[in-house]
Amino acid sequence: MSASFSAEEMMTVAAARLLSNRAVCFVGIGIPSTAANLARLTHAPDAVLIYESGTIGAKPSVLPLSIGDGNLAETADTVVSTPEVFRYWLQGDRIDVGFLGAAQLDKFGNLNTTVVGSYRNPQVRLPGAGGAPEISYSARETLIVLTQSKRTFVEKLDFITTAGFLNRRNAGERSGPFGKGPVAVITDLCILRPDAVTQELMVAHIHPGVTRQTIGARTGWAIKFAPECDETLPPDVHELEVLRALKARTAAAYGVQGVVA
Amino acid sequence: MADWMELREAVAAFVHDGDCVALEGFTHLIPFAAGHEIIRQQRRRLSLVRMTPDLIYDQLIGAGCAARLTFSWGGNPGVGSLHRFRDAVEHDWPAPLDIDERSHCDLANAYVAGASNLPFAVFRGYAGSDLPSVNPRIRSIECPFTGEKLAAVPSVRPDVTVIHAQKADAKGNVLLWGILGVQKEAALAAKRVIVTVEEKVESLNAPPNSCVLPSWVIHAVCETPRGATPSYAHGYYERDNRFYRAWDGISRDREKFKQWVDRFILGTENFSEFLALQSELENKAVAL
Repeated sequence: MSASFSAEEMMTVAAARLLSNRAVCFVGIGIPSTAANLARLTHAPDAVLIYESGTIGAKPSVLPLSIGDGNLAETADTVVSTPEVFRYWLQGDRIDVGFLGAAQLDKFGNLNTTVVGSYRNPQVRLPGAGGAPEISYSARETLIVLTQSKRTFVEKLDFITTAGFLNRRNAGERSGPFGKGPVAVITDLCILRPDAVTQELMVAHIHPGVTRQTIGARTGWAIKFAPECDETLPPDVHELEVLRALKARTAAAYGVQGVVA
Repeated sequence: MADWMELREAVAAFVHDGDCVALEGFTHLIPFAAGHEIIRQQRRRLSLVRMTPDLIYDQLIGAGCAARLTFSWGGNPGVGSLHRFRDAVEHDWPAPLDIDERSHCDLANAYVAGASNLPFAVFRGYAGSDLPSVNPRIRSIECPFTGEKLAAVPSVRPDVTVIHAQKADAKGNVLLWGILGVQKEAALAAKRVIVTVEEKVESLNAPPNSCVLPSWVIHAVCETPRGATPSYAHGYYERDNRFYRAWDGISRDREKFKQWVDRFILGTENFSEFLALQSELENKAVAL
C-alpha cells in the first residue's frame, strides 16, 4: 500500500533505510539526525547514535535543534567530553557509519561547507568544518544526505572541506587507515553510489516519479546512471507514520516561532 | 584560590584589551552573561577562541570587540547563519576579522594539549581537506614509530577562559554536569579562569569522578543566575530556542543589531537587568 509523500520524506526514509540495526553511527545535525532517528524508531532499534557533543547512545524523543540539546544528554547511555568523543570514540575506530550533510558536493563525494567563492574574499561564508573532516576520515563508511540542485551538485568545489574520494589522480595522497568513504549519497531525487573502479558517484536508484531528465537538470556535471539503476521503493505507511509523528512531536516541543525583543 | 566577586569586577580585573579569550560551552552552559559584560566594558582587539562561535561571539564580533577568531563551526544551531560573523568575514564590518579556522577534532585536541602544557596536538585528520592550504597553523608530523603522517596543530593557551557551571561552594570549588564540551580543558589551558555559576551552595555533594574544578585553578567565581541564557543549564533551565530564532532577525541588519546592543547590553547595568528587560518585553508581547 502506498501513500502520498513529499520529496523530503522520500529522502529521509531512503537515508534511514541505509542505516542497519546495531550500527554505531556518528550523526550530524539536520536531515542526517532525522534519518538516523527514523531508523532507530523503525527497523534499527539497536542502532547507536553518537553526537559530537559527546552523547553516546542518544535516544531523543524529539529531534534536537542543536547538536548539544539537553534531550540528547538525558537519553544517552553516557555523556563524554568533546575531546573524548573525537579521540577515543571516533579516532578510536568505534564508528561504523558517519552520517553527514553538506552545502555542496562534487562527483567524487568531496564536500564543501566552508566558502562559496575565494577563501579570503568569499561570496558566501558557510559555517565551516565542524566534525566532518575527521568523521569522514575515521568512520568505516559515510552516508551523505543533501538536496540536489545545480547549486549543491557542482562540477568543481570552491573549497574541499571534507575529502570523499578526492579524485583518481590524487586519491593516493590519503594516508593512514581510513574507511570506505562515502558509500551512498541520498538526495530528494535519487540515491547515488560510487562506481567500483572510478569511484565517481553514479545514480543507482531513482525515487518514484522522478525522471532522468530532472536529475540531469539538477546536477552541475554530466551525471552518469549505473547500468543496474532502478526505482527506489516508496516510503511505506509505517515509515511515513513514524516520521510524521516524530516531526509533529518536535514541532510541538519547540512551539511556534516567536520573536522576542 | 578563587575569589567570589561580581562579574563586573572579574571582567575588569582579568580580561584585558588584546587578550586571547576563550568563552567555552558546547551548546550547553554558554557563558552569555560574561560575553555581555565584555561588550559592556568595551574590550577591544580580542583574539577569540571557541569551537562554535554561536550567538555569544556573533554579539562580541558585531560589537567590535574582536580582531581574530579561532573556531571550527560558525553557524546559528538549528537556525542558519551567524550574520555578524559573516558580515565581518565578507565585508570587514565593523572591523576586519582575522580567522584561524580548524575542525572540531582539531580544536578539541588543541585544548587538551594546552591543558597538558604541550606545545602542539597530534591527531589523525584533515586528509584531503583544503583547510591546511589556507591555515598555516595546520601542519603535519611523521609518527617516529610507524611513519604515519598525522595532523599537528599548536595548542590553545588562552590568556583567560570563561565558563559557566551549575554550582560552586563557599570556597569556590566548581561543579558542572551534562554536556561538558571542552570546558575543563579550556579552563586548565588558560592563564586566568573566570567561572560564572547558577548558584552558590554550602556543599557540592559531588560523587567521586564528577567534573569538579577545584578552587585553586580558578581566579574568580561569580554567582550569575541564568548566566547561560539563551543557551541552557542542565537541571536549571532549558534552551531559549525562540531567542536563537529571533537572533536571525536582530542580527541580519547592522542598524537593528546596533540598536539591540545599545538597548540590551550597553543600556543595562548587568545581566540581571538585561534579563528583567527581556522578560518585561516578552510579557508585553504576550499581553498584546
